[in-house]
Amino acid sequence: MPEIAAFNAIAAGIEPEAEKVQARATLAGPRGRKPRRALSGRNIMVYGTLIVVALYYLLPLYVMVMTSLKGMPEIRLGNIFAPPLEITFEPWVKAWSSACTGLNCDGLSRGFWNSVRITVPSTLVSIAIASINGYALANWRFKGADLFFTILIVGAFIPYQVMIYPIVIVLREIGLYGSLTGLIIVHTIFGMPILTLLFRNYFAGLPEELFKAARVDGAGFWTIYFRIMLPMSMPIFVVAMILQVTGIWNDFLFGVVFTRPEYYPMTVQLNNIVNSVQGVKEYNVNMAATILTGAVPLFVYFVSGRLFVRGIAAGAVKG
Amino acid sequence: MNLRSFAAALAVTVALPFGAANATDLEVTHWWTSGGEAAAVAELAKAFDATGNHWVDGAIAGAGSTARPIMVSRLTGGDPMGATQFNHGRQAEELVEAGLMRDLTDVATKENWKDIIRPASLLDSCTIDGKIYCAPVNIHSWQWLWLSNAAFKKAGVDVPKNWDEFVAAAPALEKAGIVPLAVGGQAWQSAGAFDVLIVALAGKDTFLKVFGDKDEEVAAGPEIAKVFKAADDARRMSKGTNVQDWNQATNMVITGKAGGQIMGDWAQGEFQLAGQKAGVDYTCLPGLGVNEVIATGGDAFYFPVLKDEEKSKAQEVLASTLLNPATQVAFNLKKGSLPVRGDVDLAAANDCMKKGLDILAKGNVIQWTDQLLSADSQKQKEDLFSEFFANPSMTPEEAQKRFADIIASAD
Amino acid sequence: MAGHTRGSGRPNQWLRNLNAKLASIPMILTAVVIFLGGTIWTVVYSFTNSKLLPRLSFVGLDQYERLWAAPRWLMSVQNLAIYGLLSLIFSLAIGFLLAALMDQKIRFENTFRTIMLYPFALSFIVTGLVWQWLLNPEYGIQSVVRSLGWTSFAFDPLYNANIVIYGILIAALWQGTGLVMCLMLAGLRGIDEDIWKAARVDGIPMWKTYVFVIIPMMRGVFITTLVIIASGIVKVYDLVVAQTSGGPGIASEVPAKYVYDYMFQAQNLGQGFAASTMMLITVAIIIVPWAYLEFGGGRKRA
Repeated sequence: MPEIAAFNAIAAGIEPEAEKVQARATLAGPRGRKPRRALSGRNIMVYGTLIVVALYYLLPLYVMVMTSLKGMPEIRLGNIFAPPLEITFEPWVKAWSSACTGLNCDGLSRGFWNSVRITVPSTLVSIAIASINGYALANWRFKGADLFFTILIVGAFIPYQVMIYPIVIVLREIGLYGSLTGLIIVHTIFGMPILTLLFRNYFAGLPEELFKAARVDGAGFWTIYFRIMLPMSMPIFVVAMILQVTGIWNDFLFGVVFTRPEYYPMTVQLNNIVNSVQGVKEYNVNMAATILTGAVPLFVYFVSGRLFVRGIAAGAVKG
Repeated sequence: MNLRSFAAALAVTVALPFGAANATDLEVTHWWTSGGEAAAVAELAKAFDATGNHWVDGAIAGAGSTARPIMVSRLTGGDPMGATQFNHGRQAEELVEAGLMRDLTDVATKENWKDIIRPASLLDSCTIDGKIYCAPVNIHSWQWLWLSNAAFKKAGVDVPKNWDEFVAAAPALEKAGIVPLAVGGQAWQSAGAFDVLIVALAGKDTFLKVFGDKDEEVAAGPEIAKVFKAADDARRMSKGTNVQDWNQATNMVITGKAGGQIMGDWAQGEFQLAGQKAGVDYTCLPGLGVNEVIATGGDAFYFPVLKDEEKSKAQEVLASTLLNPATQVAFNLKKGSLPVRGDVDLAAANDCMKKGLDILAKGNVIQWTDQLLSADSQKQKEDLFSEFFANPSMTPEEAQKRFADIIASAD
Repeated sequence: MAGHTRGSGRPNQWLRNLNAKLASIPMILTAVVIFLGGTIWTVVYSFTNSKLLPRLSFVGLDQYERLWAAPRWLMSVQNLAIYGLLSLIFSLAIGFLLAALMDQKIRFENTFRTIMLYPFALSFIVTGLVWQWLLNPEYGIQSVVRSLGWTSFAFDPLYNANIVIYGILIAALWQGTGLVMCLMLAGLRGIDEDIWKAARVDGIPMWKTYVFVIIPMMRGVFITTLVIIASGIVKVYDLVVAQTSGGPGIASEVPAKYVYDYMFQAQNLGQGFAASTMMLITVAIIIVPWAYLEFGGGRKRA
């Protein structure tokens, strides 16, 4: 690889060509570098920085986990960094299965399935609609489309609590107030501005040749969307999923304002456990409940990370 | 005879001891969600279920920011709940005026609420144009000064018996490295403390003139100036609190890091949980030890107008259940609040609660600011006092002027 | 059928691009009915004295006069300006740097990414409390540093009115940069490998490739990120509530909190809507001309 020689010190870290090709060929496979270069200066810098950054990110989690494993008397001592003198898992058990929120003493577990029932369809519907919007805006622009899009973008800046009452009126008029469908629509509406923008800009950044070639081959709106755009845009779909799963799973206000108790998501229990104003606060249970509630989005992040590969196939098409 | 069906039949009879033909589900929303509060709600639900109906619980934490959007949405969305907790008094006026809340006068007359509810002002807060719209369930009072006996011992001074002694003891506490007065950072805490100071230092009449009659001259006058001077002391004494939540501030008193805290009777639960005993580990001074008056804030239930007749009937049953003597005792003991009827026996109450009951029995009660002021004026007051307590460069005179402005525009 | 009729002289304009139009119906409905309709609704009610319930009893500009006379609102606007500017700069810079590091074909990419993203997944009611503890002078970072011997060390951002907004920024960056990193990473992954190859062949240093080649190519992603960060900044609420509830005093109040507090706690819908209308007008003045240039001026293709 003669070109390597021309590189200066900063660029020295860029991989040899063969490795890149290999990485691309295996896509989701392990993409680590070769061991012989594990201790290069650049590596120390990259990993050093990442580890320092990771510590900053993890510090609050450390405090949360430690607190969740302590009993209340120990927490009252106020030493937040100290590991528990006596480890107890009781707060976790309590948060999941026995913390009382009002009359129902079955912890977070009560709302878990409701959260799933809300999050899965809301995420799928909102991403499907927004990605098609973005595709239409990027590749099939029609007159007036930009006006609607601009309204959407301004809409992203509206504090959404302001919109609660008008939406209640709209849902009442179409007979969906209080239903699961109504809530899914609300999530789709509030996810739409950012997601549409996300997809529009991503699709607009894809090489136009791909689109043109498909058009020449006679492919239409839907064929191009499913055959070309979708497979090439995995990273942005993952980002959209991260946004929506997090937002919808953690939503509390819409869940209580637009539905009834039988559909209340898990965050209602979380809020009830952590947000009581005049009652006694059990910090250990609060921490455990928060981590438990966050576990689902975290799991999604971790698993979907596999799709975070270099998704672009431009080279293949051109070549 | 099939044994299994017999057992099933038996189970049904056991489950419905009153022999009610059909149980009606009634959804009840409230914001009592912490452990102790939940136990108290369970008492209400148990009593209601025992009448053959069924309490469907809709607990949502967060009184102001959450309960209101939910209520208004459910009511305007055409899907009201069966009953809901709300602060009685000014905050619900509008819902009643809009015809969304049910008139309970019939139930109240039948059950004689006028005679049993004590103090009478509680029922007044539920009454609009002569009709009764809510069922009060308990009394919470703000007028308490909680003191750490250990902190005063460490500072080498006697535990104060009133506000002036407390202020006088502050330098000694500070010298011992103790924050004299813990005031959490949230706005409602400093605003509440100020209202307590008005009642204690300027007296009941001044309090009622300012908040009841909205008399801005009194609000700008010398009596209130005196209270602002005391608030200035409180501000100095609270320097170094550095916590947000009220219970973190209470915890400073429990651990002796702070000398005292002005907080409502709900703070008692924290002391109990920490294994502390009234009189031994901590001292409670109702009315700051100056003016033993307690304000009758508290909670009440409202009943939205429903179309379903069965549910409407169940609402009546719930309303009368809430005021049933047995329910009142069971609920309030768990909640740590005082019952709304004078004819029940609270032998199990602790020392501080008994002090409260005595004052109540003597009739030294006033309506609290929730009942006198609109939520809007309350919020403006909160904004002012959180700023005043945090900003030492704001003079008491300046703050009083703004206070008088708020009172002048209050409704 | 596909709506890709080429000639512009076709008789029926409505049938042109029909599939795209049909597919955009949900977007059009949302934009017109909800965002436009809802906004008009709130603006109309901002001229009323609606309290707990929306009511059409007009009071002219009263709500706006009261708004601009309120010290808390003025402080909120000022805070948003400082917080917004800093948050925007730091989020973009840190997010991009982290993404560039993550794009170096490192091991454990998935783990690092999840670590940086997890704050985004956790409810801020409680993580805000943890930051409250960490930044608390008595048991947080200050006490740890002091116990290590540096006894004059002072770090109490949440309890010092002059710097409280920076304390909130620390937690905001902790919560939000992971997502920015992810967006940037997705953008980097969309860059053709051939670009890197070509840069390498020409011997261009890596940082130069980033600054002059890659970042301009990521224009779309940067714009998306910018809008996401900016809309988050304008709506910032729970970060403040969880850490300081606007304190000390009113030192860390923000506009969105003013809106919600007055709408729901104070039961003064008119005042809340007036505040939200002011926010929206400001946003629209900035966004609409920009959006027109950005989205209206033809496809952004080289």
